[in-house]
Amino acid sequence: MTDAPAPAPFVGPLADKDRIFTNVHGFQDWGIDAAMKRGDWDNTRALLDIGQDEIIERMKASGLRGRGGAGFPTGMKWSFMPKESKDGRPSFLVINADESEPGSCKDREIIRHDPHKLIEGALVAGFAMRARAAYIYIRGEFIYEAKVLFAAVEQAYAKGFIGKNACGSGYDFDVFVHRGAGAYICGEETAQIESIEGKKGQPRLKPPFPAGAGLYGCPTTVNNVESIAVSPTILRRGPQWFSSIGRPGNVGTKLFQISGHVNKPCVVEEAMGIPFKELIDRHCGGIRGGWDNLLAVIPGGSSVPLVPAAQIMDAPMDFDGLKALGSGLGTAAVIVMDKSTDIVRAISRLSYFYKHESCGQCTPCREGTGWMWRVMERLRSGEADIGEIDMLQEVTKQVEGHTICALGDAAAWPIQGLIKHFRPEIERRITDKRGPVMEAAE
Amino acid sequence: MLSRGVHPLMADAPQIPDEAEVRARWGSFAWTAENAEQAKTVIARYPDGRQQSAVMPLLDLAQRQVGAETNTQGWLPVPVMEYIGRQLDMPYMRVYEVATFYTMYNLAPVGRFHVQVCGTTPCMLRGSDDVFAACKNKGLVKGATTPDGLFTLTEVECLGACANAPMVQINDDNYEDLTYETMTAIIEDLTAGKQPKIGPQIDRQTSCPEGGPTTLKEMVSENHDYRGNWA
Repeated sequence: MTDAPAPAPFVGPLADKDRIFTNVHGFQDWGIDAAMKRGDWDNTRALLDIGQDEIIERMKASGLRGRGGAGFPTGMKWSFMPKESKDGRPSFLVINADESEPGSCKDREIIRHDPHKLIEGALVAGFAMRARAAYIYIRGEFIYEAKVLFAAVEQAYAKGFIGKNACGSGYDFDVFVHRGAGAYICGEETAQIESIEGKKGQPRLKPPFPAGAGLYGCPTTVNNVESIAVSPTILRRGPQWFSSIGRPGNVGTKLFQISGHVNKPCVVEEAMGIPFKELIDRHCGGIRGGWDNLLAVIPGGSSVPLVPAAQIMDAPMDFDGLKALGSGLGTAAVIVMDKSTDIVRAISRLSYFYKHESCGQCTPCREGTGWMWRVMERLRSGEADIGEIDMLQEVTKQVEGHTICALGDAAAWPIQGLIKHFRPEIERRITDKRGPVMEAAE
Repeated sequence: MLSRGVHPLMADAPQIPDEAEVRARWGSFAWTAENAEQAKTVIARYPDGRQQSAVMPLLDLAQRQVGAETNTQGWLPVPVMEYIGRQLDMPYMRVYEVATFYTMYNLAPVGRFHVQVCGTTPCMLRGSDDVFAACKNKGLVKGATTPDGLFTLTEVECLGACANAPMVQINDDNYEDLTYETMTAIIEDLTAGKQPKIGPQIDRQTSCPEGGPTTLKEMVSENHDYRGNWA
């Protein structure tokens, strides 16, 4: 993989000069002239002149792992695309801006405040994987953001940066924006492809994988907005710069999105692997009511299991650090819960979310998400029997891994995390509700 | 107007209006000149023969046109979906499938303002209960339109503004960092025909920490270029 020496892992705090998204909070204009003054579209031709295979090699060397949640190495994903079209089919790049995972709100900031990083990245990535066009799939509810993105794409065309002979490279590359219309499942890559084709967003069976037959049956790579938007800066500063930030296998900078019970929720770019406590103290003004008031954290968006306060405190916020705690980095959407939280309700509300968003294609998910939510509501109110906790756990295991896409897994994991860490709380509610009668009944 | 009776147990289910009435009103739907141009632009984004890809943007466009004609957020009467199907050479059922699958398409009429309060966990933790309470106190009922036709209240799932929770999207605009009081004020403003301030309702720049940035402070006052410090 990477031969970059990493004597002592650098896990923040990140210096401003090493931040990629310098206009993340939108203090300055998103437009192309302002963006160029910040360094976007600066001799992009030179990046393309690196050459298609060499761009992919450098992306591999940078150690960038996909920022959409799964953490698959981005350069490797690009390398799966065919180097030449044997049958005349074009290739496509699809950029996933369907950001719908509860807790996630980073792609929104990139699109409305730094859209040219994304469009330049689309050209560089699309060129490297020999795509003829990029479709940016932006969630429908990002109405203002889509307006900005459409306008930014127009600006890039007007300057000749994309379109015919993009940046004077001789390469033709189009960028199109496709708006969704409200469906979490369209964040799944094959559902997203279906949606662009004008259908219900229901995931496809794999294989064939998108790199073989994706959009319109053509080779397609689906990448997250952040993965694409960081790529020009990685190429400009070199893979070693990127891989020198963070811990081995978990490198680079990352947009963290902190919501919930912190004093100052925000979106901020930090080094991968920054310890949780430092992230919160430095950027969010600490936990509401102080550190002793922290109950639990969902560190990577709603799909990952929660982590109790004591375990998360010093944990490195990266893929492997959070995996070691039985959770995950996901999209780095950090949902913080203090001791005032009704933890069963918080997770039950996520169960409702998955019930609402199940596309209905696979029976375990379609039926299971509704069933799990109803039992979660019984646990919340304490009306359930103690035995239903184990039954719920078992049903989550029957949903997990038995569906075409990962939505079933994503619905199961938060519940499993709750039962693992807060079983006494669930039991307490049931016994409180029943009182002594319950003991007699047991 | 069409009946908007809502059964309390069916709060989330759209009340599909009477078909004959809808046909009479919308049977001759056609694009305005401006939207006909826009529809062409949209279709041109997709490869030849793949015009079905345009169904989602065209449904959105149609809903907006219906909205403009009814002074509401708009909705999708069946004849309008049929019209789009004809334009894209798609069976009506394929259009209907798409319209029913995605939540942003209204299958029944809504009010002037579609108040979509996010109730998912990140907003819940920051007080979406208070936002719903403010709505309730102003006479808004989930899944229903107020008798004056002004407000339709819907609880929606995560809208992707979690660092600015709790939030509501009203037609095309987000109102963020809400409290009971600010949500009440927004409803009052809209009732009075005033445009409330869009975005965070507290003194805050987008998703920057309240009180000022912890990073990239130069950006506040100038379009700073950090490349000079690249090693």
